[in-house]
Amino acid sequence: MLTFSEIISTIHEGLTDALPGWLATTIEYVIIGAALLGLYCVLALILILLERKICARFQCRIGPNRVGPWGLLQSVADMVKILLKEIISIKNTDNILFKTALFLAIAGSFCTFGALQFGDGLACIDFNVGVFYILAISSLGVVGILLAGWSSNNKYTLIGAMRSGAQLISYELSAGLSIMTMVILAGSLSISDIIAGQGGMNAEGGYNTWYIFQAPTAIIAFIIYLIAGHAETNRGPFDLPEAESELTAGYHTEYSGIQFGFFYLAEYLNMFIIAGIAATVFLGGWQPLQINAGWASGFNELMGQIPSWIWFMGKTFALVLLSLWVRWTFPRLRIDQLLKLEWKILMPISILNLLIMAVWVII
Amino acid sequence: MEYLTASNIIFFILAAAILLFGILTVTSTKILRAATYLFFTLFSIAGLYLQLSYEFLAAVQLSVYAGGIVILIVFAILLIKGLGEDKEINLGQRRIMGLVAAIVGSFTCAITIIKFGFMPEYEIATEMAKSVDMKLIGTTLMGTEKFEYLLPFEAASILLLACIVGSIAIATKSKEVNK
Repeated sequence: MLTFSEIISTIHEGLTDALPGWLATTIEYVIIGAALLGLYCVLALILILLERKICARFQCRIGPNRVGPWGLLQSVADMVKILLKEIISIKNTDNILFKTALFLAIAGSFCTFGALQFGDGLACIDFNVGVFYILAISSLGVVGILLAGWSSNNKYTLIGAMRSGAQLISYELSAGLSIMTMVILAGSLSISDIIAGQGGMNAEGGYNTWYIFQAPTAIIAFIIYLIAGHAETNRGPFDLPEAESELTAGYHTEYSGIQFGFFYLAEYLNMFIIAGIAATVFLGGWQPLQINAGWASGFNELMGQIPSWIWFMGKTFALVLLSLWVRWTFPRLRIDQLLKLEWKILMPISILNLLIMAVWVII
Repeated sequence: MEYLTASNIIFFILAAAILLFGILTVTSTKILRAATYLFFTLFSIAGLYLQLSYEFLAAVQLSVYAGGIVILIVFAILLIKGLGEDKEINLGQRRIMGLVAAIVGSFTCAITIIKFGFMPEYEIATEMAKSVDMKLIGTTLMGTEKFEYLLPFEAASILLLACIVGSIAIATKSKEVNK
């Protein structure tokens, strides 16, 4: 079976044979960047169509059905339209910050996207502190949102940015703590180690299962991470920063054309990234489903035949669907309810969970 | 030509970015722009750590300085009114103080650089190959041996946090009494 690591090593050998070392490395970096950007944009189009279709089903509508078969080309048409729109520049704004903010927002999302492992051998960044890197780099987006809100010189955007900043900083804690709980179980911060610990055979000759099944408290961390991660994407029921009935569109009110498109893209991809991290840390990344029992060896063999990237994408899209379901089911929270949920409920539970997990691992 | 290796080029780009944004941070008259330039400076320094393959330090730099402190600064600035305008900075005595600070600062840097025993190039390669293990960092953070005294420092920071929260709680209590 042809695997991605074989294709990648073939390209690598071909380039290093034909070209001097520095040029080959540069070309490889450019290829990786372009491939990631391409995947980023295609995923955004798929996610936007998915959201519109599913939202329509939740509201007993049909949704987009005119462009292409079953409306599949709707988001392509939308993309062309958004590229043709005028980029409006506003007077009395801090123009440098106004333009920088959107790049920060999308760069934060893109840098996190690069750290995901999409399949066996399909990883761009693999630090020994990979999880920590993901938590750290996502702060770029917060700065982008705060600057966008302020530099637009508009009270709605400023309120939206302040709400978003408060929300992101608060929920970052629970998300970080619940991931740390799993890091204790995994014993490593490296993403490839975390994935490797959830598949294959262990030292006693049994099968390794996903981390969510390996410890009883993992499910609590999983649920907390899903809630906190959902809040970090600024989507309903946590969509206070862009609450359309109060703040027009929140921090990106003054952006038009592709500038707005950048924020839109970052929002949808953040949803995917949160689902991807949850799938990696809790549901085994690209590892197939395994059952640790003697009778299940045939089942495990069968599951192992499914390509790894299908496992990753399948898990991630299942979590994305869950997130959409939540978004279109619950009404928006108030800001005090939102902060109370984080500081008085989620955070104490996550700290307690962290302690329980530490005790569990020692025993 | 021998200095023009890829890693040197990356270093020069990063160093230029650090210097440029550092200068912009202190020369900018708009405070939020200064904060943004500071953010970029700290970000480029994280890139420098990555080039030295100190991923942990780079991640710490990103999360503590770029992510934590700059966001707090921006947050504090956003709560202040009337920021958009250029502020005339009233020089005067500050000019002398600034000059003194600049001279002392550059003198300290110069002494540090001159006194620092730089390694020969072949040793750097072996030193760079050793990546710092996370386990080592973890045990050093929590250890009680020599040079491992971060735990009391952490405990003190929790005490400080408790003091701040307590002072806020006392300060807000008087409002409820007035009702």
